Amino acid sequence: MSHLNAKSARGLTRMAATELRDVMASGEVSAREVTQAHLDRIAATDDRVQAFLKVLDTQALAHADDIDRRRAAGEPLGALAGVPLALKDILATKGIETTCSSKILETFRPPYDATVVQKLRAADVVVLGKTNMDEFAMGSSTENSAFQKTFNPWDLQRVPGGSSGGSSAAVAAFDAPLAIGTDTGGSIRQPAAFCGLVGVKPTYGLVSRYGLIAFASSLDQVGPLTRTVKDSALLLQAVAGYDPADSTSIPEAMPDVLTDLERGIEGLRIGVVREFMGDGMEPGVRARVDEALARLEKLGATLVDVTLPHAAYGVSAYYLIAPSEASSNLSRYDGVRYGLRVEGETAEEMMANTRAAGFGPEVKRRIMIGTYALSAGYYDAYYAQAQRVRTLIIRDFAQAYTHCDVIVSPTTPSTAFKVGEKSDDPLAMYLNDVYTIPSNLAGAPALSLPVGLDDLGLPVGLQVMAPILGEAVMFRVARALEADLGFDPTPRGAHALEGVQ
Amino acid sequence: MTTATETRYEAVIGLEVHVELNTRTKMFCSCAIDFGGEPNTRTCPVCLGMPGSLPVVNREAVAAAMKLGLALGCAIAPTSEFHRKNYFYPDMPKDYQISQYDVPICLGGALTVVVDGVEKRIGITRVHMEEDTGKSLHVGTSGRIHGAEYSLVDYNRAGIPLLEVVSEPDVRSAEEAKAYLTELRAIVLALGISDARLEEGSMRCDANVSIRPVGREAYGTRAEVKNMNSVRSLGRAIEYEIARQIDVRESGGVVVQETRHWNEAAGTTSTLRSKEEATDYRYFPDPDLVAVTPEPAWIDEIGRSLPELPAQARTRLVDVLGLSADRAATVVASHLVAQLDAAVTAGASAPEAANWLVNEIMGWATEQGMDPGAAPISGGHLAELVAMVSDGTLSTKLAREVLADVLDGKGSPRQIAADRGLEQISDTGALEAIIDQVIAEQADAAQRVRDGNDKAIGALVGAIMKLTQGKANPALVNELLRSRLLG
Repeated sequence: MSHLNAKSARGLTRMAATELRDVMASGEVSAREVTQAHLDRIAATDDRVQAFLKVLDTQALAHADDIDRRRAAGEPLGALAGVPLALKDILATKGIETTCSSKILETFRPPYDATVVQKLRAADVVVLGKTNMDEFAMGSSTENSAFQKTFNPWDLQRVPGGSSGGSSAAVAAFDAPLAIGTDTGGSIRQPAAFCGLVGVKPTYGLVSRYGLIAFASSLDQVGPLTRTVKDSALLLQAVAGYDPADSTSIPEAMPDVLTDLERGIEGLRIGVVREFMGDGMEPGVRARVDEALARLEKLGATLVDVTLPHAAYGVSAYYLIAPSEASSNLSRYDGVRYGLRVEGETAEEMMANTRAAGFGPEVKRRIMIGTYALSAGYYDAYYAQAQRVRTLIIRDFAQAYTHCDVIVSPTTPSTAFKVGEKSDDPLAMYLNDVYTIPSNLAGAPALSLPVGLDDLGLPVGLQVMAPILGEAVMFRVARALEADLGFDPTPRGAHALEGVQ
Repeated sequence: MTTATETRYEAVIGLEVHVELNTRTKMFCSCAIDFGGEPNTRTCPVCLGMPGSLPVVNREAVAAAMKLGLALGCAIAPTSEFHRKNYFYPDMPKDYQISQYDVPICLGGALTVVVDGVEKRIGITRVHMEEDTGKSLHVGTSGRIHGAEYSLVDYNRAGIPLLEVVSEPDVRSAEEAKAYLTELRAIVLALGISDARLEEGSMRCDANVSIRPVGREAYGTRAEVKNMNSVRSLGRAIEYEIARQIDVRESGGVVVQETRHWNEAAGTTSTLRSKEEATDYRYFPDPDLVAVTPEPAWIDEIGRSLPELPAQARTRLVDVLGLSADRAATVVASHLVAQLDAAVTAGASAPEAANWLVNEIMGWATEQGMDPGAAPISGGHLAELVAMVSDGTLSTKLAREVLADVLDGKGSPRQIAADRGLEQISDTGALEAIIDQVIAEQADAAQRVRDGNDKAIGALVGAIMKLTQGKANPALVNELLRSRLLG
């Protein structure tokens, strides 16, 4: 991506956030031009990709104009001034519909902004619109949205992953250089892998959850989706930080992920999870992951065989803990105060009617699983047992990190699957999360970065995991590999957004 | 009406008391607690359960919980947790209540009550923190949610911090239950953590009542009785429930585990819901909150700064200030300790000051609908009044009039007595002239006194009091009359 194209709309949409920041700072282009170029791109592509639920063109252009005015006046500007961003529709935006892709919240306009949204505004990031997702973040394909399906820009017959599929598709389609997603069991990393992007799930508590509509409170984290490692680092830095409004927010400062970003990985010990390298992985995924491992070694790292003996139980534990918390978190959608209301003869009937009409099948399935798991007589066997597994997985990681600095694995067992392929088979869908779930259960950071294409021309993601607050070393490893691989994030192939390129 | 049957049974009662705290803000958000606001004006995204909002524990509420726990002799848990109690109800914004469950902040204490002069120790199982719900108004003939035409909800109360105090099943009678609730309320008021008004619901008491044959150790099946809004109705409800359960057993029936509703007007309890209808609350630790871990220094500081508790005050009033046990109990129960102490500090005799507080000031405050403790009289003024009576400056009767003016804010007792010319005539010279005048006017009566008819002196005293408009010092009048007539 070169600055030569800076003045062309196409050139602007191909740029990373770091580049856009520079060309705006130098006065070469205005924030309005950057915003307009991306809005035009959305207008030209989103009929096919369907990434956005709502495009906020008026607000975005007004914000861009304000940035240009302040820049001209020499007033202070935020760290990412004028850089456009796509926001997952799970973060509360004051006065703007925030739906979680659910009918039950179709008309809901929050009276407040999420802390992350406030921080984005403080950074002068221009929010272009709100992106589609699996309803209440429950899913791995964005097919569970009550409003629309989103398609993968690499192959429009395939899913973009989920639940942050709208955000990943928007960045892959060059609608925005930055997107915000949320990750409860892999909902940032899996769509990043499917769309050839960098996606980061930070340490639990690093980014405030205030205003993030809860799916599973003990697992949910906000994080970036971008086309470059450095963009992810910058965006994470913009939204992270202690928030007294979130009791689970950690008081420690955000790790410095920029200073050592280019330092390389000479001498680092990189753990390879024995259990994750066995069966269940597609050959195309295995080939790219093996090549990536070889490159890491070539770059001076030492590969170490590590074991996470209880990770195999991660999916089972996750699919008890997350639905249990969700069954309680989603109780508030009862038709009494906001959102959908379907009348009934009694208050109880009104609540039941509202919930029956307002929730989609996957949400109902998880509410039922969670309600069952928390019931008297089953709590110990299910919820409490799952929490014990969680503790064991945390110990597994602690043990593994005595031998290595970071741990790598595939992000997903397969590349992007076809729309409809798994939507009738919840269990097959849940297995998408097998490699990503352990980091959520441990509260530790993990990142996915593209390491090439499979035989179908679809992106393959490599996951880099690190200990709690180990973001700096995690980004360093990802950056070293990114620089070495030179992955081109432009979707290409027969069914890609813009055809064979 | 204690019958032979009733004496064969013993009641076993445990009490659950909810105390609404008077913290500045709500339990998990920064909404001001300000009663009487327009419906739904004391709310925010957190206490309305808006999507994405998160709770943060109010440190002031934790302090209040520890105050009450320490006052009841509980151990303060170094780590306690909040759980979610899940059930659907329109006045619960999140459709779950955040409450402490199996790891509460205060564990194991006791409270001592005195019933019929006998001390009784009632164990406290726990004190835990939780949040209040909103208030529903069901519009329709029934006034209950079933059959309502429509319902309105006010969330101003939603999220106000509550403490729940759970007793051991140590209570054996309605009288003990009433004494327990009265004492607990006095402790809460002394701590200043709640206004503890039973009638207005800022303090609520449920009773778990069961009966068993005297001598049997195993508990009988209990019924939980709700909706008592005074100490008196708690006593009535328990008495009714004990009698009902005895009736059931004596007529060959079985007491079932259920929740029963006390109907104040009818004086009866009726089934609210059976055990089978009880909700499975699906308690689990609230993942939005972290454990409450008060620093030991903070706990120590709260323990050191506890005010004098009612039991301590009663002991001191008897042992140090010389009050009778009954008088001490009344002074403490009526929140008159501070005024008594102030009067004593200003030099008053404690029993005299207590007399005025209990006999006069309490009645005045009750008429005004005011807490006696808030009656507007300073310790200095009360001491002055007591002194004026004991040195003969005021008769008791006139002192009452002066007190009324003091309470009306008209000034000090000495000032008021002087302004109104109410001081007793204790000047021997002034009285002697009047006495001579009366002896001359009522020569017959005077002669009868001289002849040894002591009762006849009353007529002379009466005439003197009339002439002085009641201001003559009666004792001095008597003394002077006798010396004049009898030598």
